[in-house]
Amino acid sequence: MPPTRPPLSPAGLTPTLTRATQGQLVAGVARGLATHLRVNVLVVRLAFVALTFAAGAGFAMYAAFWVFVPPQSSESAARGRRLDGRGQYVAIAALTVGGVLVVQSLGLGLPGELLWPLALTGFGAAVLWRQADEAQRASWRNAATGRGGRSASITTLGGAALVVAGAAVFLIYQGQLDQVRNGLLASVVIIAGVAVITGPWWLGTLRELSAERRARIREQERAELAAHLHDSVLHTLALIQRHVDDPREVQRLVRGQERELRSWLYRPAADHTQDFGGALEQAVADVEDAHRVTIETVVVGERKLDEGLLAMVQAAREAMINAAKHAGGAAISVYAELDAAKATVFIRDRGRGFDAAAVPSDRLGVKESIIGRMERHGGKAIVRSSPGFGTEIQLEMATAMARS
Amino acid sequence: MTRTNPVRVVIVDDHRLFRSGVRAELGDSVEVVGEADDVASAVAVVSRTAPDVVLLDVHLPGGGGVEVLRQLLPALPDVRFLAVSVSDAADDVIGTVRAGARGYVTKTISGAELAAAVNRVADGDAVFSPRLAGFVLDAFAATDVPSIDPELDALTAREREVLRLIARGYAYKEIAKELFISVKTVETHVSSVLRKLQLSNRHELTRWATDRRLV
Repeated sequence: MPPTRPPLSPAGLTPTLTRATQGQLVAGVARGLATHLRVNVLVVRLAFVALTFAAGAGFAMYAAFWVFVPPQSSESAARGRRLDGRGQYVAIAALTVGGVLVVQSLGLGLPGELLWPLALTGFGAAVLWRQADEAQRASWRNAATGRGGRSASITTLGGAALVVAGAAVFLIYQGQLDQVRNGLLASVVIIAGVAVITGPWWLGTLRELSAERRARIREQERAELAAHLHDSVLHTLALIQRHVDDPREVQRLVRGQERELRSWLYRPAADHTQDFGGALEQAVADVEDAHRVTIETVVVGERKLDEGLLAMVQAAREAMINAAKHAGGAAISVYAELDAAKATVFIRDRGRGFDAAAVPSDRLGVKESIIGRMERHGGKAIVRSSPGFGTEIQLEMATAMARS
Repeated sequence: MTRTNPVRVVIVDDHRLFRSGVRAELGDSVEVVGEADDVASAVAVVSRTAPDVVLLDVHLPGGGGVEVLRQLLPALPDVRFLAVSVSDAADDVIGTVRAGARGYVTKTISGAELAAAVNRVADGDAVFSPRLAGFVLDAFAATDVPSIDPELDALTAREREVLRLIARGYAYKEIAKELFISVKTVETHVSSVLRKLQLSNRHELTRWATDRRLV
């Protein structure tokens, strides 16, 4: 299921009603409803506005939907077009002011000194709820990291302050602050007392929770590691025990396992198959596996593969196979260097070597698959060989930028 | 090699099997005067025996090879360290060499090659494996950021040529022949690259090595 589409209900017909987490203006109620009802989001928004004139019903409905409808739990909530935080606050403020004006213009009789504190409280509450949404989304996105925690807590504090200020202004306007002061004081004392009594318990629970989460993460990592070692290393060890009489097979198994473990340990996650270096290393791995040789590879610089470089990797692969046939057990060296102007690869074996001039020029191996392939793609191949030195094949190609 | 006595070597590695393997492979070509399996024992053994060369594992309990170098090099400037590791990670390799090791070889090196490397380090030269040469070429080519000290922060064309040939799998003798220079001159170039690698305070070097791990 594509992540951008809301989840389908069990019947598979109507999307479940959720609040949209992408492309929403305030809380995603309208967009969620629109998706659910399969109508244009503008229609739903206009309906809400129209209903608001009916004694604020639209406003109340929107608030109710916000509270009771769960947000869409898409993994890709962060993707797609979304208003940033500031835009949403502006939208919420506009909604608040609009709501106040509508209530006033309808003459619903709320005196100004009552209305504006209420609006202030409402705005603060809206900010708090939006923040809660955001936190929930963030926890879906990334359960482990606490990114953006600072700004989130600032927003939450701001929202809380607005609500408190609204309540205080309300009380002041009502001239009842004196009367409620004692009650307020008592409440504060009670809350403080409860905090002191239950504080240690809360702290303990919090710590326990985080300790438990850490332990769970560790356990997961260990299980993953164990699974990997089981699939790779243990398996290879078992194979080696069955092939103790065949040193070349053992060598091949060991080399292959070493290569795999190295790439797992030192280059986690990233996909290198589209890079020249990655493709070359893959070719090295294939030749090592098929011909039971050791190839020492050094790559300097990096570049994305293009058609020419791909042909170069294939030519290098042919050269390695050639080297593997003649190396006579000694290690083969492969060195690739990529800079802005050109790509160069050297493949060298320490075999018997041969007199390059004495080899019939129509020998397909070197002639077609290496030299011909390089020349067809605008590069060149140079073969150097002499008894005692071994053979070195040099491949060279100007990079795409330099070619054009 | 003009020395008369065999080179005195201490092997520092936390794997007993590896230590005995190296001891057997080196045979009579060197004299192994001590072994150690962590940072503390390495410091004690090397201080006591004052060997010519220490074969130093990069990963050690107690802080790694870098910690051993940090504690011993100021007090024993005549002891040469050769890093030996299975690690391919650039920050391990570059980190150890920048901490003062005179070379770096991988644990898959053959006994004869290791003995030659030990002798070379004992004579005050540097030992670069093809991979280390590749790392150095990569690191010094990494940026065009203006350098603080041009003499230390860039390789000469000749040094680059030598490093390239090492990366291509050439022995020093073959490099000398290829470039029409003496083996001694090749050694001088490599030692000069080592000095730049250790002393250049281009912060990119360290950052490059760390970044490379994340690639």
